Order: sequence, then structure tokens, then C-alpha cells
Amino acid sequence: MTGISVTLERTIFRYEELEMLFDIHFEPGNLYAIMGPSGAGKSTLLNLVAGFESPLSGRILFDGQDMTGTGPDRRPVSMIFQENNLFAHLTVWTNIAIGVKPDGRTTAEDDRRIHEVLERTGLAGLEHRLPGELSGGQRQRVALARALLRNRPVMLLDEPFAALGPALRHDMLDFVAEIHRDKGFTTIMVTHLPEDALAIAEQVVFMDEGHILACTRPADMHALAQQLPQLARYLGPPST
Amino acid sequence: MNGSAGISAAALAAAMALAAMLGLVAAPLAGLLLAIPGSGAAADVIGDPYVWHVARFTVWQAFLSTLLSALFAIPVARALARRAIFPGRALLVRLLSLPLALPQLVAVLGILSVWGSNGWLARAATAAGSGWRPDVYGLIGILLAHVFFNMPLMVRLISAALERVPGEYWRLSAQLGMPPRTIWRLVEWPAIRGVLPGAAALVFMLCATSYTVVLVLGGGPGASTLEVAIYEALRFEFDPPRAVILAMLQLAITATVFLVLRRLAVPMETGFIPQTPFPRLDGDRAGVRLHDVFWLLTAAAYISTPLAGIVFSGLGADLLRLTTETAVQAALLTSLMLATTTSLFALLMTWALLQPLRGSRGGTTENPLTRTADLAASLVLIVPPVILGAGWFVILMPGGSMEWFAPAVVAVINALMSLPFTWRVLQPAFRDVQQRHGRLCAQLGIRGLARLRLVDWPLMRRPIGLAAALSLALSLGDLGAIALFGSENFRTLPWLLYQRLGSYRTDDAAGLALVLLGLIMILMILAETTGRRKRAP
Repeated sequence: MTGISVTLERTIFRYEELEMLFDIHFEPGNLYAIMGPSGAGKSTLLNLVAGFESPLSGRILFDGQDMTGTGPDRRPVSMIFQENNLFAHLTVWTNIAIGVKPDGRTTAEDDRRIHEVLERTGLAGLEHRLPGELSGGQRQRVALARALLRNRPVMLLDEPFAALGPALRHDMLDFVAEIHRDKGFTTIMVTHLPEDALAIAEQVVFMDEGHILACTRPADMHALAQQLPQLARYLGPPST
Repeated sequence: MNGSAGISAAALAAAMALAAMLGLVAAPLAGLLLAIPGSGAAADVIGDPYVWHVARFTVWQAFLSTLLSALFAIPVARALARRAIFPGRALLVRLLSLPLALPQLVAVLGILSVWGSNGWLARAATAAGSGWRPDVYGLIGILLAHVFFNMPLMVRLISAALERVPGEYWRLSAQLGMPPRTIWRLVEWPAIRGVLPGAAALVFMLCATSYTVVLVLGGGPGASTLEVAIYEALRFEFDPPRAVILAMLQLAITATVFLVLRRLAVPMETGFIPQTPFPRLDGDRAGVRLHDVFWLLTAAAYISTPLAGIVFSGLGADLLRLTTETAVQAALLTSLMLATTTSLFALLMTWALLQPLRGSRGGTTENPLTRTADLAASLVLIVPPVILGAGWFVILMPGGSMEWFAPAVVAVINALMSLPFTWRVLQPAFRDVQQRHGRLCAQLGIRGLARLRLVDWPLMRRPIGLAAALSLALSLGDLGAIALFGSENFRTLPWLLYQRLGSYRTDDAAGLALVLLGLIMILMILAETTGRRKRAP
């Protein structure tokens, strides 16, 4: 399974006073970082793609197919939130299993695949733990393991590692990059940190006040800031 | 030092309030204990099978009421949480908060106007050519009324629990495509399970000490509870020893439930139904839609028909004659004076009990005094009003000074009854203000009346207004205490209503119920508007 394209076609969404307009095409299999100040509409963009919010107008297409009115579970999407990706009262095993069978009743074949993914993500031995007994990094790893197993071609990440320390965050970013390399999912990650984008993203999307202002390669970000005052303000003075 | 003088004054106020409270509860209890009959008479009462029948019925009806309330409340709360937006949602949420403020006697009349043998159901049956006549007196009527009061309470507690579910859970279950059954098993039920034991214990407690409902709807010795039996032993059988034994049985039951309650760490908040809950994505299936519409309509009908019944029957009465009647005017005046006294007393008491929260450094403190205050505020849950009343009755009866003390005793009992409510409303608000501004006030030396005027009142107008309204409403609608102490010279509106009902002047009763309902509504609206100010975003 490889990634597919995601297109937002003149998609309009209103949140309180702010009218947002998204018009963007995400190429199949690329890794995008979405950046911008708080309230720019980054999470809204992901929620529209995942189907948690409905646009006032416009279309959302996956691989050229209109899915604007399709429910979240029938979209080719897995989304990782900043927190609460796991049901706190269910074990790691069940939390992953509901990704294969939504009612948690797995077959022997499913169990074999879950074991495989647990091995691969370094979670083997933790399957009977409750989320509360895991570290923050391990919890997000379980969420990623579930996304891996669901194998949907589009992966959305909404600041998933914002609560982790620097070293752990780098590990997790590497893990995301690895999944991306292996699976080729179209990956869209919201982040606040330019270095996250520089580390793994192939494209950086910059947003402000509900609009997409730029899409560029990470290496060109600082050069672009010369022409885009909003981006310059967001990045702040270059550190020396 | 000035500061420490202020603190010890606060502690003193609280200690005095505590002492007064304990005294007001301990005196009637001591009265009861001293009046415990000799072993022979006691054995007579304990050996009386009727007493045990009443005790069993008290527990049985409370159990059934709790079960039915929960079975009704769960689907309603689920539907409310699942449907963030539908026309009339705000109205339904308000409707569900009404029964808690409604005087029991008024609500019971409303229920009779719908379910009674001359009610709307019966008339509909007649119109349809059926000879069926509903008979609500007895267990059925008690259950109908208890569900009317407690289903909405449980909906509030369960809604609050569902509201605490992280939004990501709903999104996740939508993304994973869970069917409603699985969402129930994995998300909704685990959330509800957390509050259900506490909520059930609370409702059980309220139903086990229910008095007015059983008095009016019990309809005979077959369906009587201990509270009503105590009242009958005192007022009709003039048999204080019997009342004392019954009171001890009742105390044993409530104390047991109270201990269970504390174990379960009950949601002592009254719960809330969010105006706009987290938008859900799982409500589109036809089956789910049907389920939700059915339960929401049923709940709306169940709560609104008795209210409509009160209004319609009330308007059918000769309101002009009724309101110009001297007895009615006197009762209205007595009720208002009694309620005002009660409310002032309850607020002062609560305020004094709150003082120890003001720590020496301006922060909030936990110390033995604050913990005792917390416990004291719910004391009346263990010692129900009828028991307090019975105690005072036993003390005052021999001296023949009952008439003299009756108003004061009723006011004290009503104030103690409203303490758990005023405490729950004011304590969190007081703590909040103290946490935010306590240190600044301590540093600037703002205390006493200046603090009340500059800080506490402006910030706590809304909760103070609400607490005042709650205690006023409670006292205005109370029948428990007045039933023991009411007389020709001391008559409140509910007591007058009950007398008219007893002498089959149902039109008068309906009219008086409407007057009471009107008073309570005005109060609630006033409470809501007193504290309403523009809030900073």
C-alpha cells in the first residue's frame, strides 16, 4: 500500500469569526509539515481531511475521488492526536486490536499481525499494560502501531509529540520517518517546531489566519521568510 | 498582629456555627434517646409485624425507584450527549432542571392530574371507550413521583460523566468505525459506570427519606414508609415511644446508606447537562436516530405533562376568591416570613462554616475544622427532617409550649435541610475566590465588611443568589416539618394545601399549587438574573 493524493478544493470552513479557505493538493507519498501560529487553522485542516468537521462548501478528494460527505471510518485516513489516542481503561493490546476490528473481536490471523506490529514497534511485552502505566512516548508509539496496522494510505499527525522531551521527540520523529519510508503513506504532520520540519519533512506548508500562504521545501523556508512577513514573524529572528 | 486576629475571629465564627448546628441536631436526638420507652413498650413496637412491614417497604420502594430512575436516565443522557444540536434542546435541558426545585407536594398534584383516576390518562381512556381507570395510590404512584424527581437528577450526573470523556475518544471511535453497540461497550458504559454507584446511592437515600410523596400517594398502611409512620405515631396515635423506635430504625437505614455514600465518593456536585456537548459523529444511523428521538420525547412528555397539569388545574380553580381569602393570605404571609428567616439563617450558617478556608497566609487551607464543616453540612442527610421534628416534638410536648416554639423550630429544621445545598453551591465558589484573591487581600489588609463589599459579594453574587433561592424554595415547599408543628395559628401554604386536599377541596388545592409554583418560578428567575453580569472572555 502506498500513499494517495489528498486534495482540498476551495474548501471553506467557519469557526466563530474566522472564515478559513483551504485550496491545496498533497502529492501521494510525500511527508508534509504544517506550520503556523495558534489559531491559524492547522488542526481544522486535519479535522476536515479526517472527516471530523464538514466544510461549508468546496470538495475534499482522495486520489481524485470526492469524499466530502464520507464518514471518518470510510476515509483512507488514520489520525494521531496530541493526547488521548488510547482508551485509558483498555489494555495496549485491545487499543491496537480495535484498529483491526472496531469491536475488538480479532481472529487468529489478526492476533498474529498485532504481535508482529508490537515486535516491530518495540512494544512487545507491554501488551497487557494500561495506558496509564506507560510513558508518554510509549503511548504515542501504541497509537502509531495502530495506524501502522490499519494501513490507511493517509496519516495525519496533530502535534503528536509536543508533550515529549527533546530526545524522545527525535526518536519519535525518526519513527514517523521510518514508517513513511517503509509504507509510503501520504503523511501530514502539524508541528510548532521548525527543526521538526527540517528533520523529516519533504514539504512545509505555512498557514496564517485560516489561509495557506506557502508550500515550500524545508531548506527554502528561511529564504522564503524574506518575502513573507507573516512567516518571518512566526519564525522570529534567526538564532546565531 | 492584625492578620492573626482576623483569622482567629474566622475560626471562632466557624466554631460557633458548628457548635450551634451540632446543638440543634443533638438536642432533638437527645430528646429522642431520653424518650426511649422502657423495655416492655419497646419490645411491643419491635415485635409489631407492621413496623417491619413498613421498614421493608421503605427500602423496597427506594430500591425500585432508584432502579427505574437509572433505567430511564441512562438512555436519555446518552441521547442528549449524542445530539449536540436539535430544535428545543435548550428548552429540554431547562425542563430537566425543574423537578429539583419543585415543591414535592406541587409535583405530586401535577402527577395526579396526569396519572390519577380523574387525570388526563383516565379521561383519554374514557374518550376511547375504555372503562380502564388508573389507580396510582400505593407503590405505583410513589414510583411515578420518585422517577419524576430523580430521573432528571441522574440524567444530570450521567451527562456530567459523559462530558468528561475526552473529545478524541469520540473522534477515534468514529475513525475506527465502531458500531453504536461497541461505542456503548468501550466508551459510554465505562464513563457511566464510574458515576452510577454514587448516583444510585444518592437517589436511594433521597427516596428512603421521602416523606411528602409517600404521605400523599401512599394511600394507606400497605404503602407507608418509616417517615410517614413517625408522623402518624406523633400526630394521630399520640404514641411518642412508638415514634422513637421508628425513628431509630430510620436512622439506622440512613446512616448505613450514608456510610456507603462516603465510601463511594459520590458526585456531590449536582451535575450539569452541557448546553453544547462535543459534536458527535455516530448519530446518523436510522436505529440510533429512532432510539434518541424516542427517549428524548418520552422524557420531555414525562416531565412536562405534570407541570402542564398543575397550570391547567390551577387555572380551573377560582383564583380570585382563593387569593382574597383571609386564610390563604395569612398562610402566604407566614410562608414568606418563614422562608426568609430560613434562608437568612442558612446563608449565615454556611458563611460561618466557610471561614476556616481562609488560611493564615491568604491561601486556602485544609484543617480539621474545614473537614468537620464539610461533614456537618451534610449531617441532615443522615438525620432527616422528620426525625429532627420528632425530637423537638418529644421535647416540647410535655411543657405545652409547642405553639410558642413551633415557628422557630420549623425555621431551624428548614435551614438545616437546605444546608447541604447552600454548602455545595457556595463552597466551591468561596474556595475559588480565596485561591485567586486571598493572598492579595491578605497583603492589602482587605478584610471584614470591606472584603465582603469589594471582593466576595461582586464575585459571588451569582452563587449567593442561587443558594438563597434554593433555601427559599425548599422552605416554601416544605411539608415535612410543618406537618408536625402546624396548627390553626401557624399555617404555611403547603400545609393549607394539604389540609384542603384532605378535605377533598381539590379545586382549592390545585389553585394553591399554582400559586406555589408561580412563587418558585419567580424565585428561580430572580436567582438567575441577580448574578448575571457580562463575563470577560
